[in-house]
Amino acid sequence: MSQNDLPPHAHEHPRQKHGLIGKRLPLVDAWRKAAGQAVYTDDIHLPGELVGKILRSPHAHAKILSIDTSEALAMDGVHCTLIGKEAPNSFGVLPVSQDETALAVDKVIYLGENLAAVAADTEEIALEALSRIKVEYEVLDSFLDMEQSCREISDDLKIHSKVVGNTNIHKEVHQDFGDVDKAIAEAAWTKTQRFLMPGVTHAFTEPMCTLAWFNADERLTLWSAQQVPHYLQRALAKVLEMDMHRIRVVRPTVGGGFGGKSDPFPHEMVAALLSRKCKKPVRILFDREEVFYSNHGRHPSKIQMTLAIDKDHKISGMDLDCLIDGGASGSFGVVTTYYNGVLANGPYRLPNFRYHGRRVYSNRPPSGAMRGHGAVNTRFAYEVLIDEACADLGEDPRDFRLNNALEAYTKTINEFRITTNGVVECIERATEAAGWKDKFGKLPHGHGIGMACGFYISGSALPIHWDGIPQSTVHLKIDIDGGVTIHSLAAEIGQGSDTMLAQIVADVLGLPIHYCRVFSEDTDTAPLDLGSYSSRVTFMAGNAARMAAENMRKLLVAAAADLTGYPSEHFVMEEAQVVNATMPEVRVDYMEALKRAMKDCGALQSSGAYQAPPMGGKFKGAAAGLSPTYSFQSFVVELSVDPLTCKPKLHEIWAAHDCGRALNPLAVEAQIEGSVHMGLGQVLCESFDYNKANVLNPNFLDYRTLSPTETPAIHPILVETMDPEGPFGAKECGEGPLLPILPAVANALHDAIGIRFYEMPITADKIYRAVQKQKKLARRNLVQG
Amino acid sequence: MKSTGKRILKLSINGTVHECAAEPQALLLDVLRNELGLFGTKRGCDMGTCGCCNVLVDGQVQMSCLLLAHDMTGKEIETIEGLFDVGDPRGLHPLQRAWAEHGGSQCGFCTPGFVMTAKALLTEEPDPSEERIREALSGNVCRCTGYKKIVEAVQSAAAEIRS
Repeated sequence: MSQNDLPPHAHEHPRQKHGLIGKRLPLVDAWRKAAGQAVYTDDIHLPGELVGKILRSPHAHAKILSIDTSEALAMDGVHCTLIGKEAPNSFGVLPVSQDETALAVDKVIYLGENLAAVAADTEEIALEALSRIKVEYEVLDSFLDMEQSCREISDDLKIHSKVVGNTNIHKEVHQDFGDVDKAIAEAAWTKTQRFLMPGVTHAFTEPMCTLAWFNADERLTLWSAQQVPHYLQRALAKVLEMDMHRIRVVRPTVGGGFGGKSDPFPHEMVAALLSRKCKKPVRILFDREEVFYSNHGRHPSKIQMTLAIDKDHKISGMDLDCLIDGGASGSFGVVTTYYNGVLANGPYRLPNFRYHGRRVYSNRPPSGAMRGHGAVNTRFAYEVLIDEACADLGEDPRDFRLNNALEAYTKTINEFRITTNGVVECIERATEAAGWKDKFGKLPHGHGIGMACGFYISGSALPIHWDGIPQSTVHLKIDIDGGVTIHSLAAEIGQGSDTMLAQIVADVLGLPIHYCRVFSEDTDTAPLDLGSYSSRVTFMAGNAARMAAENMRKLLVAAAADLTGYPSEHFVMEEAQVVNATMPEVRVDYMEALKRAMKDCGALQSSGAYQAPPMGGKFKGAAAGLSPTYSFQSFVVELSVDPLTCKPKLHEIWAAHDCGRALNPLAVEAQIEGSVHMGLGQVLCESFDYNKANVLNPNFLDYRTLSPTETPAIHPILVETMDPEGPFGAKECGEGPLLPILPAVANALHDAIGIRFYEMPITADKIYRAVQKQKKLARRNLVQG
Repeated sequence: MKSTGKRILKLSINGTVHECAAEPQALLLDVLRNELGLFGTKRGCDMGTCGCCNVLVDGQVQMSCLLLAHDMTGKEIETIEGLFDVGDPRGLHPLQRAWAEHGGSQCGFCTPGFVMTAKALLTEEPDPSEERIREALSGNVCRCTGYKKIVEAVQSAAAEIRS
């Protein structure tokens, strides 16, 4: 494939000045947020609203013999109670994993699962009512480790009915490309290594909150902190057995998501059901512990990777086995199972690849999608093994990566369509900025530098629901005030998607950005967009916005042509005027053109849509990981290890990321810095820990994220490859930059102290023990030597 | 917790005395949000671990989820809604303006708590070092930014306030 095979920018106007693309603009909601005026779900209050509270299971796995809510219901101030049997329809974000219910129906499958609910006048009454609900259980054996879930079991111990054979395996994947065994047999260097990665969670600051109101119009409105309002609307329709058009989902300002608000959630069903039952608004607000038990964070994983390098120091094969813990429900897990494997097919040439992936159900809070979904843990294993190979082969890890980098416009062995690819530039610029050649292997003991690369999807090419309609649609409306109303369902969750939409539309129409107002909250008014996940919004909603704006421009340009008598193809829009590009003195004020355009039809409207082109192979699972384009990264980390305490101290991070084109450098940097921070947490301190079925650290004291003093200087480096299919050349920047940071830290630690770490997180105590062991070995060798 | 009946309470908030009724065990955070409609102060953890509910009490940073509202009588409370600058077309304090311009907010949920913490710092130390800023902000959790743009916002506001 060559660059010429790709469709050019269909709507690019060659003569228009691009006023806003590439400008460093504050996010459109930045002032509102700084003023404390942004409205989050818990800031919305309705008259007569009730407090909804959920009773949670004290057992990890148990049959429910009986639930008696009569005493709770008899209490003054309690409006209604709810149990699982009243709404047994299952739901889930993926059509293949419809395995969640609003409340447990016949059995509970994790400690903390929703069991029963009440709606009451006050929180105190609601909590008292929960304590009066009587439940009888028959406790079952629980499944709390991954290997146990792979064993043969009887039907009554299956966590869900749809599993692989007589086990608790949820999904099993086999893929085999080329001849991996031959590559390993003929390798100049090969190693098999196991890696242990505990779960981590999103730890967004805004707890989950949902406000439901089933009103006298027999319509349900649900305000909820959500990344995927459309999937929530679908799930509500199924669980409540209501027509979708009677359900309105509103996404107020969201206080962080990172994938943790990208499923329809059981508590959202519960709030809706309670409201329908008592015909009053019902709010469910989680406390921090409930947020942790709701989880849907990164899957704990056990990875075994065999890497083969040939005599020319080319990567010749990989044999990969990933066992991941899905917890009690499916969520995005089928996708995660594939991603753990298929996202190893870059950013290096990999001619032979075999993957065995298994996702198990266990009696733990569900795992789900988290920033860098499915790619982070395998990436760690891959980049650490590359570093080891380089050390053994005596090759500089930078040169090795350059020699193995995938080309632009190529196909991987599993038939990913690679288009623009900035990995070489990322490697060169990050290592150059870091002074790699003068530092790698040359810093004093205890001080080290390390690097790693990554690549990530820029929107999943295949939609979750195969209904053949565009993945993103954007509508525009301009009325007599001249303001441009942008309607989209792309969820602004702090990443800046509203700004991206406004920036693109204002640029195409040649208007200052304040003309644009983005309405992306409401399923009643917004055209369909699948939501904020899989790093799809800039690419897909951005393209839809661009097309909508270009269609709108045609209307305004036609009006200007009509007013001036010159042909419409001569006109461009810039600086709030419609200008004849061939005779710039011929120009019509934007408002004049608007009035003329509105003469016969009133307010102007236009639409734009995006659907990924067909791509990919024909084998089973070929769709997983396909994306219309991919982002690429290369990071360098410099750190030191305290000689006494072994506490690692990060000095600087150079983070080069190929974002296609930085539509807004301020926002792209922000995504890189945030990704680095979150990845540093996973490699240095974060771990979702359990004592049997109990979460050990369900709060911000025990689940520690890096504080401002522990976060190092981060230098984002923006690499622009001008993707021919991206909006103005842009691709994703919100998830890919998380991938390289974990292995770059581990590789830098090896450069500093000569020790490899294969288990996350790499805390000071683990480093201390490893250093003591290293010293002991050295002494023994000295004695024996 | 059993309800024991509301009692009248006078709170001086952002220079205005508010009279409301609250139970003896009511937290300042709950009274600010639920009784007075001051929703700028956010509830992130309810246990003093995230700083989203930080307000100033007699100029000192305090977590409003750890304070009893009735203990606040006679004290001057300042919330994000109290920050104001008449000279700014948006009415924003230099810290708020810097936060917006430097990308200090992404999701914005932690922003009010951070801004209040930064305000207390700059009142005490008009020209803090980067290290000192990071230290002063260590009781606040932000999960979006990696703190870099937050620190830049504080540095920029500090320079503006000094000038």
